[in-house]
Amino acid sequence: MFNASLKEIAAALGARKISSVDLTEQFLDRIGRLNGDLNAFITVDRAKSLAQAREADARIARGDAAPLTGIPIAHKDIFCARGWLTSCGSKMLSNFVSPYDAHVIEQFNRAGAVILGKTNMDEFAMGSSNETSFYGPVKNPWDRAFVPGGSSGGSACAIAARLAPGATGTDTGGSIRQPAALSGITGLKPTYGRVSRYGMVAFASSLDQGGAMGKSAEDVALLLNVMAGFDARDSTSLERSPEDFAGALAQPWAGAAAEQPLAGLRIGVAREHFGAGLAADVAEAVRGALAEFERLGASRVDIELPRSELSVPAYYVIAPAEASSNLSRFDGVRYGYRAPEYRDLLDMYCKTRAQGFGAEVKRRILIGTYVLSHGYYDAYYLKAQRIRRLIAEDFARAFSRCDLIMGPTSPTVAFPLGSKVSDPVQMYLNDIYTIPPNLAGLPAMSLPCGFGAGNLPVGLHVVGDYFSEARMLKVAHHFQRATDWHLRAPKGI
Amino acid sequence: MEWETVIGLEVHAQLSTASKIFSGASTQFGAPPNAQACAVDIALPGVLPVANRGAVERAIRFGLAVNGMSAHNINRRSVFARKNYFYPDLPKGYQISQYELPVVLGGTINIVLRDGEKAVRLTRAHLEEDAGKSLHEDFHGMSGIDLNRAGTPLLEIVSEPDMRSAEEAVAYARALHSLVRWIDICDGNMQEGSFRCDANVSVRPKGAQALGTRREIKNLNSFRFLQQAIEFEARWQIETIQDGGTIVQATVLFDPDTGETRAMRTKEDAHDYRYFPDPDLPPLVVTEATIAEIRASMPELPEQRRRRYMSEFGLSAYDAALLTADRELGEHFEEVVRHSLKEGEPLAGADFKLCANWVINEVSAKLNEENLPAAKAGVGGDTLGHILRRLREGAINAKTAKDLFSEFWSEARESAYARRGGDPRRVDALIESRGLKQMSDEGALEAIVDQVLGANAKSVEEYRSGKQKAFNALIGQAMKATGGKGNPARISEILRRKLAS
Repeated sequence: MFNASLKEIAAALGARKISSVDLTEQFLDRIGRLNGDLNAFITVDRAKSLAQAREADARIARGDAAPLTGIPIAHKDIFCARGWLTSCGSKMLSNFVSPYDAHVIEQFNRAGAVILGKTNMDEFAMGSSNETSFYGPVKNPWDRAFVPGGSSGGSACAIAARLAPGATGTDTGGSIRQPAALSGITGLKPTYGRVSRYGMVAFASSLDQGGAMGKSAEDVALLLNVMAGFDARDSTSLERSPEDFAGALAQPWAGAAAEQPLAGLRIGVAREHFGAGLAADVAEAVRGALAEFERLGASRVDIELPRSELSVPAYYVIAPAEASSNLSRFDGVRYGYRAPEYRDLLDMYCKTRAQGFGAEVKRRILIGTYVLSHGYYDAYYLKAQRIRRLIAEDFARAFSRCDLIMGPTSPTVAFPLGSKVSDPVQMYLNDIYTIPPNLAGLPAMSLPCGFGAGNLPVGLHVVGDYFSEARMLKVAHHFQRATDWHLRAPKGI
Repeated sequence: MEWETVIGLEVHAQLSTASKIFSGASTQFGAPPNAQACAVDIALPGVLPVANRGAVERAIRFGLAVNGMSAHNINRRSVFARKNYFYPDLPKGYQISQYELPVVLGGTINIVLRDGEKAVRLTRAHLEEDAGKSLHEDFHGMSGIDLNRAGTPLLEIVSEPDMRSAEEAVAYARALHSLVRWIDICDGNMQEGSFRCDANVSVRPKGAQALGTRREIKNLNSFRFLQQAIEFEARWQIETIQDGGTIVQATVLFDPDTGETRAMRTKEDAHDYRYFPDPDLPPLVVTEATIAEIRASMPELPEQRRRRYMSEFGLSAYDAALLTADRELGEHFEEVVRHSLKEGEPLAGADFKLCANWVINEVSAKLNEENLPAAKAGVGGDTLGHILRRLREGAINAKTAKDLFSEFWSEARESAYARRGGDPRRVDALIESRGLKQMSDEGALEAIVDQVLGANAKSVEEYRSGKQKAFNALIGQAMKATGGKGNPARISEILRRKLAS
């Protein structure tokens, strides 16, 4: 069952070949065996998961199972789940048991899915290597001396190591897609507003978006079916008629025939995505994938995204600005960590936050506080917002000429643990390709497309126009029917 | 040198919505601490704000009311911003407010003073959330936090520095207080903090153009404190300057016990609030349809009503202002007017001045004495109107009218104002049964006057030697002889005639 797709698992559950309790126990046992080394999970709770599995079995027996009923799903520890520790990878919330469910968790509960555990992550989702977690780094299952990517590194590792059949993640500047690429799995960040942010611990509110991580586009589509939907508690949630992302995956591109299912698809390729900084092994794998798409009938269109080089600086103004304010609530007053000793109120604040936050979080709070300060706001924050609009305009222009944009997800394959922790700028440049869609609010995904140096996975980045998730998943699905990169699993797992 | 005080006011009016501005928790006053603080109010990780439509509508009602019902001053797109600072009763570490783009921009409040009218310009009015409360007593070296008030919707109303005395500031605050209750957006309860004033006060030599350095007096929750604080502050600033000192921009607190203001913090330690648009809340868009709907639901405004009382009823500006200080008092007045008419008599036939005087002097006095809203007046507008009708017709005199009014009011007081006292039919029944009918019969009154003149030779003497007072004494005697029922105008006439002969 560990290598089975969600569809196959659902079929087995429906045919009573396996119970949800058995399935959940198998995954929990596997986590018990491997997690000590991989560190993908912060919390597992056998009793809670099995209680949900029993309920799911009863529901299946009653005959009212939904597609994911009884399937254990791992959730990034950024999603509040009632009765579960929700640490966000931080000492600050290392004692915070959420009294409520995030909208995403509610949706999975309603679907009858089982919470398999809470996955490790960079502290408050700030990081690209999963090394900033208070709970220690996550290992890349392809080579444990390497990072899995971040911030949703725990979820990516759990999928790659077959510790979970499906997982949730969140993506502010690449936090689903970059670990998906580095860990060799499929991950999708939906259009901003598709998935409710209610109950998702905020990092940068205007960029944060929950999404799905799985072994294949098909699995991701099934997960997205559960996660997406309007929620009145999130004022940035968008009200749209429900879509079935998994229903039409196998259908060819509009007007195409079965032998060349992607005929008519115009893939935009930007020169800017293949410039200096892109590792040769990654470039080669991505070019190979583009050739495969051409074999499937797609055509290539050269496009320009001239302002994309401004995206990293703009992002590192906007995201820290919002984060500096979002993280103000962690003050030791009402919940979470509080310094054991302090002289007065100010001292309590200072010590609590000095001890409760890690170095990367503090760095971003400082940057954010600075750029919002009186006299600097116009020069930094306002200017960054203008750049943000220009980047969205670049994409709008590109999408008048193509249907999807493809390129590398990350400039390199996974890097060794500890190799970039002392150089934040190098670390930030990991997200150079993934940041622009967040700034524009566009949907984007990463899917496995080969292997590079050290036999480490390479991810293909696919960016779509607003609300084009169904089309993106269809295109990815056809690629995955023609290739087997997504079926490869790390050795020794 | 002559000095001039310059005052601008910032008023926080709590909007009368059932739930908070960004959460579904109740805004009811007086619940046990933290009983009305939900996940959003205590700022749990992951929670998000959703703007309360009722709060927005109330802000628009205000915008229309201060701009003669025109919506030119309502921003069709306004923006919620975060004001960042740390304080234990501010759960998110920021307050959601409006900064660069408030919902209301501009407007006017007309105030009426004894010596004329004045227009006070409004700078803006914006929506924001209230903070919680820190409790420093009873916690043995610790502080308690009550977040019931956190997230309560406020409209912050900022005036231009248009006021020149504490009296003007109080008149403005009263007019505003009356208006927000009038248009049903705030209960105006100052004890519960539903209406709080901050006063920006500066002084300058009379005739100077430039404004002096201002100090802001925070959190004045009564009109009396507002008056005292401004008077003290202005005097202190003038004396400081006259003694060679300079005013430093500061935030000050008023101590009601000493009647003094003292600095809390100066500009040097002012916060950098790092305002920026709240990314959790899209811009607040107000459509023309919403404005039209709200406009249609607006009552006649105090200003319009005041003008109507002046033009239609011929009342003075001052009387009209007194009668429109409160929506219910005006309605009471109009009821009195209607019931003071004979069946079928047109409104124009009413003695408006008489009705106004009665409502202003008798009714208002009793309401103030008993601290009652006009809706709870002990004597209904129908009853008082009927009493005044009988008075106008000459059936009873003013003294009888007052006696009846007082008697009825006492009945209401005995029921703790659960019931009104008297009713129109009882007015007539009592006039009949007690024989209160005014004595206007010329012959009978002449006989009484003759009798009084005969019995009070000394007063007659005094009057003839020029003492006006003696005349009043004689009238008093004659009234007494009629058992209080004599027509005072007729008696006076007869007396004057007889004394002259």
